[in-house]
Amino acid sequence: MINDRLYYRRYVISAIIVLVVLVLLYQLFHLQIGSPKYKDMADSNAFLKRTVFPVRGLIYDRNGELLVYNQAAYDITVIMREIPADFDTTGFCEAVKISRERFDERMGDIKNLRKNRGYSPYTPQTFMSQLKMEDIAQLQESEFRFPGFYIQQHTLRDYTYSCAAHVLGSIGEVSHSDIERDPYYASGDYAGRDGVEYTYENSLRGEKGVEVLLRDSKGRIKGSYENGAFDKAPKAGENITLTIDIKLQEFAEQMLQGKLGSIVAIEPHTGEILTLASNPTWDPAIMIGRQRGNNYMSLLNDPTKPLMNRATQASYAPGSTFKTVQACVELELGGITPSTPFPCSGTGSKPIRCTHSHGSPVALVKAIEQSCNPYFWHAYRVTLEKNGYGNGNEKFRDQYSKWRTYIMSFGLGKTFEDADLYQQKSGRIPSVEMYDKWYGPKGWKALTIRSNSIGQGEVELTPLQLANMVATIANGGYYITPHLNKNDSMLSRRHQTLVSPKWFSYVQEGMFSVLDHGTGRRSQIPGIDACGKTGTAQNSHGKDHSVFVVYAPKDNPKIAVAVIIENGGFGATWAAPMGSLMVERYLTDSISRPDLYDRMCNSVINTNVIDRKHGRGKKFD
Amino acid sequence: MAGERSLIKAFDWQAIGLYLVLVVLGWVNLYGAIYDFDQSTIMSLDNRAGKQFLWILGAFGIALVLSVVEAKYYNIFSYAIYIITIGILLITPIIAKETKGSLSWIDLGGGVKIQPAELAKISTAMALAKFMSSYGYKVRSLRDLLIPALIMLAPMLIIMGPQKETGSALVFVSFLLMFYREGMNGNILLAGVVAILMFVSVVAWGTEPLGVYGGSLGFVICTGIVALIQVIFARKLTGRFRESLILLSIHGLMTLIGLVLAQNAGLNLNIACIISIVIGCIYMAYLALSTYRRTFWVLIAVSLLSIGYVFSCDYLFHHMLRPHQRDRIMVTLNLKEDPSGVGYNVNQSQIAIGSGGFFGKGYLNGTQTKLKYVPEQDTDFIFCTIGEEFGFFGSLIVLLLYAWFILRLIAIAERQRDAYNRIYGYCVAGVFFFHLTINIGMVTGLLPVIGIPLPFFSYGGSSLWGFTILLFIFLRLDASRAESY
Repeated sequence: MINDRLYYRRYVISAIIVLVVLVLLYQLFHLQIGSPKYKDMADSNAFLKRTVFPVRGLIYDRNGELLVYNQAAYDITVIMREIPADFDTTGFCEAVKISRERFDERMGDIKNLRKNRGYSPYTPQTFMSQLKMEDIAQLQESEFRFPGFYIQQHTLRDYTYSCAAHVLGSIGEVSHSDIERDPYYASGDYAGRDGVEYTYENSLRGEKGVEVLLRDSKGRIKGSYENGAFDKAPKAGENITLTIDIKLQEFAEQMLQGKLGSIVAIEPHTGEILTLASNPTWDPAIMIGRQRGNNYMSLLNDPTKPLMNRATQASYAPGSTFKTVQACVELELGGITPSTPFPCSGTGSKPIRCTHSHGSPVALVKAIEQSCNPYFWHAYRVTLEKNGYGNGNEKFRDQYSKWRTYIMSFGLGKTFEDADLYQQKSGRIPSVEMYDKWYGPKGWKALTIRSNSIGQGEVELTPLQLANMVATIANGGYYITPHLNKNDSMLSRRHQTLVSPKWFSYVQEGMFSVLDHGTGRRSQIPGIDACGKTGTAQNSHGKDHSVFVVYAPKDNPKIAVAVIIENGGFGATWAAPMGSLMVERYLTDSISRPDLYDRMCNSVINTNVIDRKHGRGKKFD
Repeated sequence: MAGERSLIKAFDWQAIGLYLVLVVLGWVNLYGAIYDFDQSTIMSLDNRAGKQFLWILGAFGIALVLSVVEAKYYNIFSYAIYIITIGILLITPIIAKETKGSLSWIDLGGGVKIQPAELAKISTAMALAKFMSSYGYKVRSLRDLLIPALIMLAPMLIIMGPQKETGSALVFVSFLLMFYREGMNGNILLAGVVAILMFVSVVAWGTEPLGVYGGSLGFVICTGIVALIQVIFARKLTGRFRESLILLSIHGLMTLIGLVLAQNAGLNLNIACIISIVIGCIYMAYLALSTYRRTFWVLIAVSLLSIGYVFSCDYLFHHMLRPHQRDRIMVTLNLKEDPSGVGYNVNQSQIAIGSGGFFGKGYLNGTQTKLKYVPEQDTDFIFCTIGEEFGFFGSLIVLLLYAWFILRLIAIAERQRDAYNRIYGYCVAGVFFFHLTINIGMVTGLLPVIGIPLPFFSYGGSSLWGFTILLFIFLRLDASRAESY
C-alpha cells in the first residue's frame, strides 16, 4: 500500500463519522425524549394557517358614482385528512341543512380526481360555496364538533346599476390552470374573469393575509397563536375610477333595447371612454354567486351572442362613415385637393351610383355632406393610381400599401395594443398580401377594390375603432388610446396620424354640413353645433346596418360617438338620432326631444333579443 | 464455472446485506408516510409505495448488471464517462422543465424523469479515482490537488449555477473527505470548520451591539479567532512559548486600549480589533525576516485573508443571498422564530419527530405526518415518519445501521490494493455520509433546509438508482481485488 504513512487518517475519518452520528443522535434524543415540548405541541397544539381574504377594490365611475362593491359570502371547506373516523356526519348534515346523500355525493366529487384535478387530502377543498350568513350560522356555532370542516369568508360583488356588464366584467372561482400560472391563487379563490375585473385584477385583488391558529391533534381550533404575533393582515385591493359616465352608459343601453348593436362614446382630447355599450347584454348581478354558472351557460348558448362585447369584438363594414377618414388620407396623399371636382351623373356615376340627389360635379365638402358615392370612388381611384400601375402592378401596390398605412394611423384595422380593454378584435384594413393572394399580384386594380372607397368591401371596423376615428378627426389629427381607467398616466399614450392637421378642417366642415343640411339634418341637435356622418352598411346578414358617427361641439369637442344598429337600415333612421341624443344628453345633461328618445328605447328591431335586466333582484338561488 | 462461484463469494455480503435492510426498511417506511385511511395497499401502483417497489426491482436489476461487468472497465472508461456526464449536465438546463425552481430534471416521457446530478456524483468519483491513482501521483502540496479540485468543481458549478440545484451541488463537498485521506493537509479541513464558525458568528451576532461605540459581537469573536490562530501557530512554528506570549500580550493590550478608546474617544471597536491583528502581523513579519522562518508569511496571509473573509461573509449574507435563503439560515440558527413561514417546515418536522417519544406511535399510527402538513414528507422529510412512528428507538437503529454501513464501506476501501478502488470507495462513503448528515440535520432543525434525499428512504427512482449504481460499482471493484494481482 502506497499511502501507508496516511493510514492513520482512516481512524480520523471514522472518528469524524462517529462524532457526527452522535451529534445527530443527541439532537434526536433532545427532540424525542429530552424535551417534552414537542410532544406537548403534537398532543395539544399544531398550527393551522388560515387565509384571510382582502377586501376587493371598489369600482367608481368618472363622476364618483359607486358601481361595484362587495358583499360577504361564505364557503365551507374541508381538509379530508383531518376528518376523524368517528365524524358526526348526521349532525353535520343537520347543521348545514343538506341531505346525507348530498353529503356523500359532494365528498365523492371532491375526491374524484377527474372532476377535481387539484385534489389533495392535505389542502382545503371547497365543500359548499357562496352561502349566506344564515346558512352557516349554525355551523359556525358548533364548528369545533366537525373537525376538518372550516368556514371561509369570501367577498362577492354587488352592483349599484344594472348596466355596463361588458365593461365591468365579473369575478369567479379560479381554474386549475390559473393556479398553475400564478402561485398567488389557491383552490377556491376568486379572481376577475372578464372586463375591468380581469384587466385590473392585480390591483383590485389586494393581498391575502394569514392567520396562524393553534389546534389540537384532532384538528380542533384552540385559538390564535401568540395572540396573532405571526399573523399577516390582508391588504385591501385598490379602488379604481373608470372613465365611464354611468348615466350616459345607462342612457345608451336603454336606447339599444330590442336591438343588436353598440354605442361607443369617447372624450376626444383624453381618449377616455365615456360609454361602451353593447346589446344584447345582461344585468351584472346575475353573474354573482351560485347562479353564475347557470346564467353564464344560458348567455353562452343564446344565438344573439350576448357575451360578445360588440363594441370591441364585432367588426362591421363602416359604410359611408369611412368617407371621412378616406377624405383625410386622399388629401394627404395628394390624390385630391379640397376643390377637386368629380361628376356624379352620366358616366361619372359608374361603377358606383349615388344614393342621394344633388348637383354635379361636386367638391369635397359637398361630397361629404351628400355622401356622394361616385365622388369617393373617383377620389380613391385617382389617389391609388397617382403613380400609375407600373409593369408588374408594383407602383399601384406600393401606393395602396401607403394608403393602408395612413388609414391605419387612425387606430383602425388593428387592436389598441396599449389599451386596458378586456378583449378587442382588430377589424380589417385589407393588406396587399391579402389581395395578392386573392387575385395574384397583377390581378387587382383600383376598380377591383372599389368598394373600399365607400367603406364597404373588405374594410371592417369595430365600433370602438369607429368612435376613435371620429375622435381623431375631432382632435384634428391625433388620438389618445381609448381607455377605461381614469388615470392621468394614460394621457401619454398619444398617437399622431400621418395626415397633416391642415387637411382636417375640410372634413370637419363637411361633417358639420351633414347635420346642418345634409344626410343627417333630421338629427340636428338644438343649440349644439355637431359634426357627423351617416352610414348605411350593406352586409351578408340581411338588412343594412345603420351607422352614425358624430362629435360635438364643433369647436373644442367634448364627445365623439359611434353608433351601429345591426340591420337597422339607413344611418339616418336609427343610428343618427341615437348619436345626436347621446351628444345632447352628455353636453346638456338633459334631452329636448323626449318623444324621439322614447321611440328609440321602445322600438324592437330584433325580436330575439331578450332583455335580461327585467326582474333583477335575487342574488342567491 | 468455479470463477463465478468465487466471484459471488468475493462480494462483500455484509455491505450488500446492509444495503438490502436499508432499502426494505425505506420501502416499508415510505408506505407509512403515504398511508391514508382511504388508500390502497402497499403494492398498489396508485400510490408511491407501489411505484417505489418497481423502482426497487429496477435497482436490483441494475445492481446485478453492474456486478457482472468486468471491474477493469470502470477504471478504463472513467474519463469518458465523466466527460459524457459533463456534457449531459450542460444541456440539462436547456432541455429541462422547471421543477420547484430548479432546472435539473430531464423528462424522458411517460412520467419518467431523471436527475443527471445523480449520475454526476458517480462519474466524478470515478474520474477523481482515475486521476489520483495514476502512476506517480501523490498529494504532496496543494498544487497537486489543483486538477482534482477542478474535476470536482466543474459538475458542482454547473449544478449550482445553471441548474439552480444547490442541494445536489453541495454533495460534491463530501469528496474533501477522500482528499484528506489521500494526503490533503488536515489544516484545510480545520480551516473549513473555522470558516463555518466565523460565518455563523457574523450571521448570528454581526449586528449585535456590544454596548460600546461601533463594535459588533460577531466581529469581535471573529478577530478573536484570528488572534487565537496566531498565538497557537506561533507556538507550533517556533516550538517555544516566547513568541506566542508576545503575540498574546499584543492582542490583550490592544483590546484594552481599544475598549478604553471606544468608550472615551469614540473609536470604533471593530477598527481596534483589526489594528490589533495588523500589529500581530507586523510582529510576525519581523519574526519571518529575522529568523528566516518563512512559514510565518503563511500565517500572516491567513490572518489577513480571514479578516477579508469575515467582511465578505457579512456582505454575502446581507447583500448577496436572496431573502428566503437568508431566512432559512436565520431560522436554523434560532435567530428568527417563524413557525408560519420559513420555519414552518422544520417546526412541523420537529414536532412530528419529537412526538414519537422513545418507542414511537407504532407503524402507520403517526398522527403528525398523517394529519398535519409535514411538507415533502415522502421525499426530503421522510425521516419524520421514522421519528414519529418508531420513536427514538427506531431512529437510533436506523442511524446505527447507517453508521455501520458507512464504516463498512471505509473498511472495504482500506483493504484495496489498487488506489483507484480505495479512492472511489472513500468517495462513496463520503457521499452517503454527507446525505445522512445534511438530511437528518435538516429535519431535526440542526442545519438549514437543503433539499437532498435520505438514501434508500426518500421516495424517488432517480436517487435510489443513483445510490445503487454508486454502491455496486464499488462492490464490484472490491470483488475483483483478488483478480488484480
